[in-house]
Amino acid sequence: MDIKAALRTLTEEIGVSGDEFSASEKAAELLSQYASDVSVDDFGNVTGFVKCGRPDAKTLLLDAHIDRVGLIVTYIDDKGFLSVGACGSPDIKTYLAQSVTVHGKKAVKGVVSTLPPHVSKNNKAPEIGDISVDVGMTKAQAEEVISLGDRVTVNSRFRELGGLVSAPAVDDRSGVCAILEALDMLKGKPLKYDLAVCFSAQEETGERGAKQAAFRIKPDEALIVDVSFGTTPDSDPKDTAKLGSGVMIGFSACLDKKMSNTLRELAKSEKIPFTEEIMPNSTGTNADAVGVVGKGVKCCTLSFPIRYMHTPVETVDPNDISATARLIAAYAGGETDD
Amino acid sequence: MIERLRGICRINGASGDEARVREFIKANIRADEVFTDNLGNLIAFKKGRKTKHKIMFAAHMDEVGFMITDIDEDGFLSFDAVGGINPAVALGRGMTLESGAGVIGTKAIHQQSADERKKIPDFGELYIDIGASSREEAEKLAPRGSYAYFDADFFEFGDGFVKGKAIDDRAGCLIMMDMINGEPEYDAWYAFTVQEEVGTRGAKAAAFTVAPDIAIVLETTTACDIAGTSGAKRVCELGKGAVVSYMDRGTVYDRKLYSLAFETAKANNIPVQTKTLVAGGNDSGAIHVSAGGVCTCAISVPCRYLHSPSCVIKLSDLEAVKKLAEKMLSAVEL
Repeated sequence: MDIKAALRTLTEEIGVSGDEFSASEKAAELLSQYASDVSVDDFGNVTGFVKCGRPDAKTLLLDAHIDRVGLIVTYIDDKGFLSVGACGSPDIKTYLAQSVTVHGKKAVKGVVSTLPPHVSKNNKAPEIGDISVDVGMTKAQAEEVISLGDRVTVNSRFRELGGLVSAPAVDDRSGVCAILEALDMLKGKPLKYDLAVCFSAQEETGERGAKQAAFRIKPDEALIVDVSFGTTPDSDPKDTAKLGSGVMIGFSACLDKKMSNTLRELAKSEKIPFTEEIMPNSTGTNADAVGVVGKGVKCCTLSFPIRYMHTPVETVDPNDISATARLIAAYAGGETDD
Repeated sequence: MIERLRGICRINGASGDEARVREFIKANIRADEVFTDNLGNLIAFKKGRKTKHKIMFAAHMDEVGFMITDIDEDGFLSFDAVGGINPAVALGRGMTLESGAGVIGTKAIHQQSADERKKIPDFGELYIDIGASSREEAEKLAPRGSYAYFDADFFEFGDGFVKGKAIDDRAGCLIMMDMINGEPEYDAWYAFTVQEEVGTRGAKAAAFTVAPDIAIVLETTTACDIAGTSGAKRVCELGKGAVVSYMDRGTVYDRKLYSLAFETAKANNIPVQTKTLVAGGNDSGAIHVSAGGVCTCAISVPCRYLHSPSCVIKLSDLEAVKKLAEKMLSAVEL
């Protein structure tokens, strides 16, 4: 699979939390090449299945979230400026004077308003309540095409930076790509598990979609694929991983210790570049939710580092997506030990 | 006009790097005399049907941008602004470098301290990421001293509004190009100046060379008619026409020309307004004190989010400035 091409296709879809459908449909289309019974549920969760052929097989869930952070229209003022709230936690500092689209009855372009120096307060970062969206319309004109609750996204785009890729929604469309790439590698190969795939909705607003889908799937184990923190000059190297350093295997009180250890041994034996990601209490991913769904699910996180998370220029190394895919394939594939 | 504005704004030309803009203008004007001076100002003379005073129009070619100042061992680029830019409008943006693309991000919001979340970082704390893995690799793509530009989209939106980078002051350049290519009533000089954004430097030389009796500066000026701002702080408003200033931080404008601009606008049904705050400045500051003194007037397009990748103007205001500039050429008397 061409990872960059798939990532480009997926990151060009909008799919802000709670309104994922355009992205979900696109992801479902890609998933259909590898899985059967692919569907999009009422909430925007995409599910699909790959059976290994053994009736007693355990089910392994492969999850990545399809939603992305963004803004939501909360008010239209007398002059037609839009107040907004946050879906998830976008970094509002990065939104001033951004080129945006309001996803209303049609796509409405605009600009995030920002105060010039004569009225702004030094270098104080704005809060969500301080910004508004300028769509160049009167209130009446705006109300014809924009409704409260419409999502707003920055008009950022896919860029290749040397071998890296920068795009909006790399969090977590690149996780979706890692799972698709793993399924591509496993095509026609023996499997240790029945595989269930979920591209889940509303992770950014509280890991909600994965709860719904995992309850229906009832997996025995789950690999939660999400992005993590990449090293940048302004970050602490202890809390981040360098881009290009491979897959990050999660270790946490809320993850299954045996799965974490098995994945680490597999990465070593398969010579897949990896680092350990230590998250003592919880992971901040769908693993926190999926682990306690139904009768409980053994979970491990597989992550890879990205720079500038929750900004319009999230940046990833496709080699790390590939390393993650290889480890998923190594874990799910092969002859069963039983 | 919007397609031509898109074309001229797309050209990257920060202060000191105006050559591409200059070549574009030179190739697209039909003047009677054109030359480039030592600083890079493009100066044109266009004969009219009649001769009167020595009048000079001026608009600056340069835009705000960035310059690479250092490269770290991992290939990240340090940079600073060329001209006045709020670092916030660079955050989370794509950049165009001399070779290839880059982005400016910040560490993940999850990893920022409470203080870091509340503060806009200075340019000294930011860097451009071009995906290089070493200093050597980065140096080849973006050496120290090279420029970087906003990779900004340009579009028409809402009720006749336009958004793009560099509208300050390619809007003025475009109006002067149209005047030169039209059939002006009177002779006039047109100075497309350099380095306005770093201290109105080009205009000093251009005004000395042309030594006009009267100068009319065509500019964009800060409008703050946005949500949460009221009264005088709105400065001027989009849709209310050309902005004629009585005073800004660089110039106390010639009172006769100021009054004449309003009278001329009124006589020709051109919407006109003034600023409700003494703020900003432009090439007038350099021109009016040059070569023994020049009576100077500034006519500006009101512009929201100036010095950002999203300058916003209203097309009707651009038309108003163009029309008023043309009428002023005919109306001025010493």
